Parts: sequence; C-alpha cells; structure tokens
Amino acid sequence: MNQKTTYTLSLAPHIKNKQNVPIVMWLVVLALLPSTVFAVITFGMHILLVIAVAILSACASELLFRKVLGRDITIFNGSAVITGLLLAMNLPPLVPLWIPAVGSAFAIIIAKELFGGLGHNIFNPALVGRAFLVASWPVLMTTKWAPLPNGSILSGSFPSSSIVPQAAIDALSQATPLAALSSVPSVVSSVDGLYSSYNVYPLLFDSATLKSLAVGNIGGCIGETSALLLLVGALLLLFTRIITWKIPVAYIGTFSLLVFAYYYLTGFYMPYHALLYHLLSGGLFLGAFFMATDMVTSPVTGKGMLIFGAGCGLLTFAIRIWGGYPEGVSYSILLMNATVPLIDKCTVPKIFGKRKTA
Amino acid sequence: MFRPSFKGGIHPPENKKQTEQRSVENLSIPHRCFVPVQQHIGKPAVPVVEVGDYVQVGQLIAKADGFVSANIHASIPGKITSIDKHPTPFSPAGLVIQIETHGNFTHEKAPSKKQWSDLTPKELLDKVFDSGIAGMGGASFPTHVKLSPPANAKIDMLIVNAAECEPYLTVDDALIKRSYQDIIEGIMVTRTILGIKKVIIGLEDNKKSSYLTIKNYLKQINEKDIKVALLKTKYPQGAEKQLIYSLSRRVVPSGALPLDIGVVVQNVGTCFAIQQAVCYDTPLYERLVTVSGSLINNPGNYKVRIGTPISDIIKECGGLKAEPHKIILGGPMCGQSVENLDIPVVKGTSGVLFLTKKECSASRYTNCIRCGRCVQACPINLLPFEIAAHVEIAMPQNTENLSPLDCIQCGACSYTCPSQRPVSHFIKVAQDYIRSKR
Repeated sequence: MNQKTTYTLSLAPHIKNKQNVPIVMWLVVLALLPSTVFAVITFGMHILLVIAVAILSACASELLFRKVLGRDITIFNGSAVITGLLLAMNLPPLVPLWIPAVGSAFAIIIAKELFGGLGHNIFNPALVGRAFLVASWPVLMTTKWAPLPNGSILSGSFPSSSIVPQAAIDALSQATPLAALSSVPSVVSSVDGLYSSYNVYPLLFDSATLKSLAVGNIGGCIGETSALLLLVGALLLLFTRIITWKIPVAYIGTFSLLVFAYYYLTGFYMPYHALLYHLLSGGLFLGAFFMATDMVTSPVTGKGMLIFGAGCGLLTFAIRIWGGYPEGVSYSILLMNATVPLIDKCTVPKIFGKRKTA
Repeated sequence: MFRPSFKGGIHPPENKKQTEQRSVENLSIPHRCFVPVQQHIGKPAVPVVEVGDYVQVGQLIAKADGFVSANIHASIPGKITSIDKHPTPFSPAGLVIQIETHGNFTHEKAPSKKQWSDLTPKELLDKVFDSGIAGMGGASFPTHVKLSPPANAKIDMLIVNAAECEPYLTVDDALIKRSYQDIIEGIMVTRTILGIKKVIIGLEDNKKSSYLTIKNYLKQINEKDIKVALLKTKYPQGAEKQLIYSLSRRVVPSGALPLDIGVVVQNVGTCFAIQQAVCYDTPLYERLVTVSGSLINNPGNYKVRIGTPISDIIKECGGLKAEPHKIILGGPMCGQSVENLDIPVVKGTSGVLFLTKKECSASRYTNCIRCGRCVQACPINLLPFEIAAHVEIAMPQNTENLSPLDCIQCGACSYTCPSQRPVSHFIKVAQDYIRSKR
C-alpha cells in the first residue's frame, strides 16, 4: 500500500466562493472611493485628514481592544476601515480632527467590539459613532458646513437668480440643502423682508439647484453631497452582488412614495420638485446604499430586507417632515437596526416541501 | 430566455471547458483491480469467489445480500489475489476483492444486440438486478429498488437526470454525445419496467448541443412521450427534489420520497447501464469518469474499469503537474476527498479531480456576518447560518425547529459563505445529533 502521500480530507463542498469577508469589505471601500475623492477635491485637504484620522482611530481602537482581550487581530479584513470611512463621510467638512478620532473609537469599541466584534453588533457602528457625536457636541456637528462659493469640479457655481438677493443665496449655499429647505422662510425674510417664502422655493427647486444636488455642488456632510458618485459606488456593490436591490429599493421607494404623497396631499404647489429635492439631498443615498445594507445589522431574509428598507423609508420621512432634525437617515437606520431580530423572526421562509401547518 | 428552475442555488465557476469537448476515451485495462463489495447504499455484497480463483470479465464475484444491495462483477479477467480490507470510497478499510490480470481477453467480445420488446417488466427488472446496477450520479442507490415502487405508489413520470450541475464534471454530457441512442433505449426499458409512458430528460442549458442531439433523435424516431428540457444552469439543479420541481413543478413533501408524488428519477448514466444490461447482458463493470482539475496533464472523459485505483488513472492520464492539495471522487460540491491513491473507482464515481490549494481556498473560518447569502442560496429555504450557530456552540439540540433534517447537503451555503464557514458541515452535525436521538 502506498502510504507515503496523504491528501487533505474534508467534507464537501471542496470549493468556496472567492468573495470572502476581506474582499467584500475592501470592495465596499472601493465603492466609497469616488465620493471620497470627490469630497477631498471639493472641500479641500482638510477632508483627507478627517478621513485619515477616522480610519486610523478605528483601526487602532480595534487593534488595541482585541490585543488587550487576547483575540485575533482582524483589522486587515477591512471592516474597521469601512466604519472609519463611513463615519468620516457622515461628518461636516470643517469639524476639528479630534471629532473623528473620538467618534471612530466610540463606534469600534462600544458599538462593535463590546458586542463581540464583527458579526455580533446590533447597530451599525459608524452610525452609532455619529449619533454619539451629535448628542455630545451638537454645535460642532451641525454648523461646520463648508461653503462652496466657487462650485465643485462637477458643475459651475451655485445658481444665481434675479428674484432672490445674493445674500440669501449665500445663506442657502452655506447650509445643507435640507437645513435650507426647513429654514427657507426665515433665511430669506431675514435678508430681505420683501420676499415671501413662496418666492424662494423656485430657487431651491430650480433645475440648476437640483442638478447641483445630483452632482454634488452643494453643502453637506463629507460623503453625502454627490448623489451621482454614490450611485456609481452603489452600482459596483450591486454588480458584485455584495448588496441586493431589496433594501435600497424598498428604502428609497417607500420614502419617495410618502414624501410625494405628503406634498401632494398638503397641496404644496411643486410636489415633484420637492420629491426630487428630498431624494438627492442629505444622506439618503449614502444611507440607503451603504449603511442600511450593512450585512451585520440588516435582516437575512429577502422579505425581511424589504420590510427593513420600507421601515427606514417611513422613519426617514417622518423625521424629515415632522421631526426636529432636518436629516433623518441615520436615526431611522439605527432604529430599524433594533428591529432586525424581530423582522428575521417574522419572515422565516417556508421550508421547501413542508406543509403549511408546520 | 426563460428556463425552468428552482428557488435559491448558486453559480460556482463551471470549469467544464477542459473536458467538455473531449470525446470518450478508453483507459487501458489496469494491471490490478480493487473491487469493493460495497459500492452502493445498503448491505455490502457477499463474495462468491475464493482467493486463487480465475474469473472472466463480467463474472459475478459478490452476490447481493438481500433486496437493498447489489451484485458485484469482475471488471478485468484474471486471478483473485486477495479478499481483504483495503481503503474504498465507502470505508477506510472495506472488504475488497483484488483481481490481477491474467489469461487472455478472448471472452470480452461485444455480444450481439438482443431484442427486449418481448420480455415482461419482471424479466427486465431481474436483468437490472442481476447486472448490479446502482445509481450512477453519485448516491449509488441500488437501481432495482428504485424501479420496484410499492404497489400503492402511483408512478406516472420518469425524470432522467442529465443536469450535471456539479462543476468540472462532463461525463453525462460526453455519454449523451456518444451513446444517445442507447440512452433513449435504456429510458424505454426503464419506463416499461415502471409501466408508465411519460418521461422528461432534464439538462442544464450549458449542454445545448446534447439537448439538440436528443431532441432531434426523438423527433426522428417519432417518440412523443419522451420530452427533453433545458434548465437554468444553477447548482444544485441536479439535486433530486430541485430537478423534480424544475421539470414538473411538483414538490416532494418534507420527509417524503419522489415516488410519493409519482416520480422516479434516474441518472442518465444509469439509463445507459440498464440498456447495456438488457440489450447486451453486460453487467456494470465499467463506467465513464471525468478526470479533471488543474493538476492532471491529460484531463478528459474516460471509460474506466470499476476497481481501477486512482494511481493508475494518474499514470494513464499523463501524470500530475504538481502534488495536489485534494483529490476528489465526484464533483467538488458533493464529492468526497480521499486520502490516498489506492482508493478505487466505484460504480458511483463520476469524476476524479486533482485540485490545488488555491482551487479549494481553504482558509480559516471567521464569525458569521449575517450577510444572509446562505439563506438566499439554500434551495430548501432553511436558515443555514442559524443552525450552524447553534452547532458551533455545541447546542445541536436547539436546532430541531429549524428542520436541519430537510437539508439535502448540497453545500451551497458553505460555498457562498464569505466567512468561509463550514455551514453544511455544521448542519450535518445537527442532523446526526437529531437522528441519534430518535
């Protein structure tokens, strides 16, 4: 008998999908790259520092935490990098550098590692980090917007209009678009009392403004300004099957339906424009494609994903329209994260061949 | 274009290119054959020869022990040199009848074709039993058992499995290309035994030329009750329950058998073996095997004598390019890795694959990240990650309401898992635990 050579024994299957966790995570980083590069070009080199600090802090926290607890080192699987990067993308451009450092450390240690590390966390770590920062330093987190006097590389400057004085435009272009929307009347009347709030909506909903929103020539968090580039990254994730269409479509679909119905039923005179404005502004795309779809904190069943997405859409709508914050994406995702175990439990698929009564 | 299919499943790289264009080649007769007495599900056969006996090709050397068992025949002419323990695909030390070539081959002449139309179904079934045929798709269930459904079962459909959804394997495809007329005849014999008319042959749509070959032939002989259908190329399309669903929309109830919903499924190779048994009185002593994987010098589809050890196959196929990480009998999804080269090819061996470490990508597994891919991939709609999670912390008793017994062990969950978790392995543990408690 030939006993010289023996070969590896294992149960089937003997082949594995090449798309393992590190590849998944680094592809997500790649998908965020267009928006990241765009943010650096638009808002300046300070952004690069913010992002670098956020990522370094995330990796260092994870490394330190796992070293202290004697666990495997996992920083090379890219998940800490994503947390850092996503957190940075959810910060205003001009925040001081200690903000991303503190936020990332909180996100990794409290929101991820204390739950048991990647796979065990209930809430999206980056969003927990952001929520922590907003709650602790609300002024820093809501006022450090960068003005875009010269426009971004993707389009010309903010549209000027003869019907609204330049001062009003400046005021609007320095805030985030959603803040502008919720404060339109006060901003304008403080500049020039002659203009009623109705006169300003055409400016906000001007096709040039909407175009600015789409390409990213507008104020906002670091990573949320260009809907177009976020969509490019999202297509990469869809194409590589890292995310499915279910959560983003349910999210954006539900949100659109509700926003349109609201503006339509309340008799607002430009419901289509308002809808488009809402869709393209704020963190909706970033949230729907990159954060609600976080594998760990979203449901595992197909039906569950649809319910989860629809829930996010409903909450975002409610917060934006009736809530105190102009933004609603991050809190709605966090709230829906908490419902995931319940959703999973209620959407267990019917086993093939099992009778209905079982 | 629409192709019938089932829910779930995965799309592993097909890796069929290297062998799908190769026509069948005969492998030289091995110098020594190791013929196990257990090559099927059920009781091992009982040897009817003694050490020192001379045997002819096709001579009965071990007799079926009871109903759920199968006869074993000599695959080469020669002398029985030992009847002893030897590694086999079924056991690391199974009973094996070793034959050394001796004498001449004059008896191995192609007998002339026999008519079978005047034989009764019982006589045909007896021929199947005598020839020791066991399912040739991999599971190796004795065929005569499958063809003797209980009296109360109302069988109305025969499904012929030519899906060949396993990557690398191309034996069914090669067999259809070479012997489609014999296969159709074997199908006719099978349905005569079952006393039915309706037959569907299912192929994945990556075998279109074989599909057209069969379709044209059926048209030519004006056979209307045998249909051939193209299915979506997706693993595990050839799994029994999935294939039945794809082709007939019938659902095999949990815990039941295909015959409970009136269906019998046979592998296309089995139909060919039935035809050989009935028309040529040739028992099952050789079969087609795909030899593939990136490490074999001459991959192809070979006609191999049962009992040929892997070492002979390597020699005949031009040797290996490098030391393989894994040697697999069958396909890479459901096949079995073997530990040494003395293990012989048996009735259910559809392929011998020589894979590199890279092809197997066996890295350590990490935490479940709840991506839900196993849930999407599971053709049975289980929650594989959850069963695995319970088993991982040694609590298989908590898995019972997750129905691990419904798992068909297709391995799609393990394949698709980005954390490289051996999910189907964990489910197998849960299955064994629950079965042991019953």
